[in-house]
Amino acid sequence: METVNSPILKITELSAWFGANQVLRNIAMNIERNTVTSIMGPSGCGKSTFIRCLNRMHDLTPGFRLSGGIVYDGTDIYSDPIDPVALRRKVGMVFQQPNPFPRMSIFENVAVGLRLNGKNMPKSELAGRVEQSLRMAALWNEAKDHLSRPGTSLSGGQQQRLCIARALAVEPGILLMDEPCSALDPVSTGKIEELIEELGERLTIIVVTHNMQQAARISDFVAFFLMGDLVELDRSAKIFTNPSDKRTEEYITGRFG
Amino acid sequence: MTAARHYSEALGTLKEMVLRMGGLAEQMVHLSVTALAERNGELLTGVRPMETQVNRLHVDIDEMCLEMIALRQPAGGDLRFIAAAMKINTDLERIADQAVNIARRAETLLSVPPLKPLIDIPHMARIADEMLKNALDAFVDGDDALATTTIVRDDEVDQLKDQVFRELLTYMMSDPTTIPRAMELILVSRGLERIADHATNVCEDVIFMVQGKDVRHQGP
Repeated sequence: METVNSPILKITELSAWFGANQVLRNIAMNIERNTVTSIMGPSGCGKSTFIRCLNRMHDLTPGFRLSGGIVYDGTDIYSDPIDPVALRRKVGMVFQQPNPFPRMSIFENVAVGLRLNGKNMPKSELAGRVEQSLRMAALWNEAKDHLSRPGTSLSGGQQQRLCIARALAVEPGILLMDEPCSALDPVSTGKIEELIEELGERLTIIVVTHNMQQAARISDFVAFFLMGDLVELDRSAKIFTNPSDKRTEEYITGRFG
Repeated sequence: MTAARHYSEALGTLKEMVLRMGGLAEQMVHLSVTALAERNGELLTGVRPMETQVNRLHVDIDEMCLEMIALRQPAGGDLRFIAAAMKINTDLERIADQAVNIARRAETLLSVPPLKPLIDIPHMARIADEMLKNALDAFVDGDDALATTTIVRDDEVDQLKDQVFRELLTYMMSDPTTIPRAMELILVSRGLERIADHATNVCEDVIFMVQGKDVRHQGP
């Protein structure tokens, strides 16, 4: 039985290939429960591939192959009985570009996950869950009077928070975020960062980011990837003041390449 | 000029400024103590103008560090270097202040007949001077080994200070008219002891800069 203190994710010897091209090499790391971990590294280092492995987003990618283990709360997520759709409820994802469902209202965007997951809940309960998710995503106050408007009528930053609310509605244990702020202005970025910090106390968040200052601000841990290798994983303060590996030092001081 | 090149040049300039300030502080201490030991008041005239330069650098270095932190968000070794430069900056300014104090006392002491030939005080000054020089070399070269061996020498200076105090106490007890001169000399030795302490701080900052390890307050 997994205890509250044991890591929520245990990743062992994870390697991944697209065709003949190996993009991840023997990644081993544990992700602690209710923490924020940033995955940092230059373009092409395998960060996005890595977090997509964590909820089996590559399953349908032609030529994709993976070895090693990803154990979520004691269960290997690539083992046979695991249903990828059910897995993605537990391991939610937010993408770089806000992508609310274009023909759906704000309310429906959040409710859709609950409906698709076959939960036939009474209307009042559904409304309650939508409100709770929008509150958690810090969008409720701005959106509560316009719930029937299209999701796409919101600003970019609001749309991104809507996507976070949508992911939160199905109560995931882990939230993956792939560059969630890179399409947003600084004010919206600040709101999302604040949200990440708050949510990090209740669920486990893994964020891919190019932005080192952002990684430093929001995360408890930082993993530095380079050309498919995990170079270093440590507490953020350690990574940004005194990293153990020379390559991390070169990257964070801008002397890379 | 690219931003990255500009940044690494700024780091170089900062290092050069700290070194220049350290060199001035070192010279000020040397001049003050030599003037006193050799009873040569002329040497003291150079101390004041150097203090003005040190004060200028004190402000400029802090300003430059803050600017780099604000504009460049330094990390890793760069961050530790800038943090060390800011702290070393403070210690060097205090060293210069102590040198000015010693110069003032030297002025007073030179206006009266010598109490005794000075042996321990110049000895203290030599060790403090060497410590400061080593501390600055260690900073420039990122030489944590040199910093570590230099810190140990602080004990020698402390012992000499106690020795100077005991000796001058016997003078004061046997002849109260020596008290004003003896007190000045005791305060000179205290200044030198403080200078060695500041040099020790610089060494500790260098070790932090190189290793990322805080070695302060770990003595017995």
